[in-house]
Amino acid sequence: MTQNDKIAMRMEGITKRFPGVLANDRISLECRKGEVLGLLGENGAGKTTLMNILYGLHQPDSGKIFINGKQVTIESPAKAIELGIGMVHQHFKLVDTLTALENVILGIPSEHPLVLDLAPARKRFLALCEEYDLYVDPSVEVWRLSVGKQQWLEILKALYRDARLLVLDEPSAVLTPAEGEQLFKAIRKLTAEERSVIFISHKFGEVLEITDRITVIRDGHVVGTVPTKEATYPELARMMVGRPVAMDRKSRPLAAKKDPILVMENVEAMSDRGLPALKNINLTLHPGEIVGVAGVDGNGQLELAECIVGMRKRTSGTIRIQGLNVDHVMDDPSFVGYIPADRQKVGLFLALTVAENLIVKDYYKAPFARKSVLRYSAIRQHAKDLIKDYNIKTPSGEVEVANLSGGNQQKVVIARELSDQPAPVVASQATRGLDLGAVESVHNFLLAERERGAAVLFISTELQEVMSLSDRIIVMFRGEVMGEVDGNTADVDTIGQMMLGETAEVSA
Amino acid sequence: MSPDMIIDWLQATLRWGAPLILVAMGEVFAERSGIINVGIEGIMLTGALAGIAVSFFTGNVFLASIGTMLLGALLGLGVAYLTVSRRTNQVVTGLMVNLAALGGTNLLFALLSESRHERVATFPLLFPASFSEIPVIGPILFRQPVSTWFALILPFFAAYFLYRTDWGLNVRAVGDNPKAAATAGLPVIKLKYEAVILSGIFAALGGAALTLSEVGYFASGGMTAGRGFVVLAAVVVGGWDPVRVALACLVFGAADAAQLRMQAMGSTIPYQFLQMLPYVITLIALAGLVGRTRAPKTWGAPYDPADI
Repeated sequence: MTQNDKIAMRMEGITKRFPGVLANDRISLECRKGEVLGLLGENGAGKTTLMNILYGLHQPDSGKIFINGKQVTIESPAKAIELGIGMVHQHFKLVDTLTALENVILGIPSEHPLVLDLAPARKRFLALCEEYDLYVDPSVEVWRLSVGKQQWLEILKALYRDARLLVLDEPSAVLTPAEGEQLFKAIRKLTAEERSVIFISHKFGEVLEITDRITVIRDGHVVGTVPTKEATYPELARMMVGRPVAMDRKSRPLAAKKDPILVMENVEAMSDRGLPALKNINLTLHPGEIVGVAGVDGNGQLELAECIVGMRKRTSGTIRIQGLNVDHVMDDPSFVGYIPADRQKVGLFLALTVAENLIVKDYYKAPFARKSVLRYSAIRQHAKDLIKDYNIKTPSGEVEVANLSGGNQQKVVIARELSDQPAPVVASQATRGLDLGAVESVHNFLLAERERGAAVLFISTELQEVMSLSDRIIVMFRGEVMGEVDGNTADVDTIGQMMLGETAEVSA
Repeated sequence: MSPDMIIDWLQATLRWGAPLILVAMGEVFAERSGIINVGIEGIMLTGALAGIAVSFFTGNVFLASIGTMLLGALLGLGVAYLTVSRRTNQVVTGLMVNLAALGGTNLLFALLSESRHERVATFPLLFPASFSEIPVIGPILFRQPVSTWFALILPFFAAYFLYRTDWGLNVRAVGDNPKAAATAGLPVIKLKYEAVILSGIFAALGGAALTLSEVGYFASGGMTAGRGFVVLAAVVVGGWDPVRVALACLVFGAADAAQLRMQAMGSTIPYQFLQMLPYVITLIALAGLVGRTRAPKTWGAPYDPADI
């Protein structure tokens, strides 16, 4: 075998420009047969754009792609599939209303156009499930599947089309630690079959564990490629961010126990689908503490946050904030600081300016309004102050918030929610999709709130940040609190077990 | 009410419901692909005139049906170009198509004035006239033109196509999640075009069934009288399922037939109120179903292939 025969895929000088952004700048990359190539970079570095080009979803402005040594033009996903490329997107591309099996065969013409015979497909699908130890019930509609199962389904869908090169975009973001292990086992099996895997991630630990080589991308260009054996955590972090980063547990002074700020007793609530989402939740938050909520996405975290801020009706139980019933919280929205998980849909009005977004909780109060007429001089001054205090990078307060980067959009939300100094702060997935620099400042803002004496509920699916920030950690599974651990003594294994639904004794 | 009147009413129910079912079967596919073809009222109206015109000039209802369907396909293609490729607002586009069709048919009909109110060749009965002598079911089922029988069988074929063929699966996928469908390698734009063209074909055919089965002539000034809009409601009421949508169409047909009979009986209620009846029933059905049906996920939303 010559050197060239070992290359499954090579990209040469790929450049892709979007209006105002150079997403990919002369990127060259190769993936060998039977290897796992890690693609490491911060959010917005251009990893996903590059992979969308490989999958035919975007066309490069310039550059060449070679598959098995042959130059190809990939004008559509159909062509990519034909070339043996499979892709699992970070945001799954599954049709919710169809069954798992229907999703798998979607786009594969059946033998006879007038008869859709699913029996042979089902047989083959189940064989694949067994072969890779990733079981999904073929006749269940996708919306009923857990996110982990949906991940398996996406992988099986690609394998059903006999993908020789599989791209996994942030696959572990939605998995429990045990599911992550299962995924790694499947990946090792794939590479043993001489298939190639491109593993996109911004988590160092897993990239170091599963890959053979790592290519680091920053600001749209390749910083370098290193064999995983020679890579170290600080070096990768430096390549990725461009400066040294610390991710250790944050130090904090001890807070004195005072009267609780938030008390939840036997709270139950339904999800949007009308299914029980919270079961018998009891939770107390004290001033000056950060309580982390760990768990796989979709286990009641959203409903928990919405109940506390008064956006969701509970079916039973009581919630008191500083002694007041939560049902009156919405009368004065500045009573609770809420950083919602979906900042673009819930946290912000994208079409309004930064200054306007900063007053949406107080627009009717002096000095922003007088006799129902908005006073823009006060609104502008308020924006100027907060932009400075919270270090929001924007040309001015008059810019539409849609034009800001994700990190700065989040800072607008944080500035609005925290500047009134609310007693309880609910931060839900506050760092999702942010780059390391922005993550650090969000963490620092929350620590400052703790210092001030606020009670912070920190909901995150990233176990590492929950462990680095929290004084106490509770773990949610299917709407229940599985247990509580002390932030100082917490370990991944215990929490991982609870994320899977095993109750643990309270160690705090 | 005498038994004869009930039999007569049921017979009229099928006759009035059939054109609606034809129109609805196309619309179900368009909406399942995510596109609401609001223009079916206008396409139906155009089909009603085209059917009469071709039948008048050729004296052949078969040719009239084929010609009408071709015209419907062309109009469907136009709607598809605007709503799929140009991504115009589907409701506004449909309303414009309807207004243009109303003006266009009035004008063309005036130009073809020699055929005015002249009866033309219509759809024949499917079964020999002797079948109609069978008590009760004879008049109800067998004194019906070919088009009614076609409309009664079509929903089952439509259901088969939607749920049991590749193409149906693809259309459902495209309407629920076009991005996922595109990622799976489906030609999303092509599928939407096909579904919308299908809605044009059946809307036109439904119009022809209205003129060529029942009255045999065309009346100026919008003779479809909003039946295309009723189909839009029936598709929602029937939850985008061909068979249930067809049943909803029959309910409207029954209401229509009833109000005509009440008018004929010389009811003291002003006939304008009776004419409102089917539409009021439709409104009540829609209001009663809120939250109980689930629309295709991208129902009425434009799809931009560049937006992944």
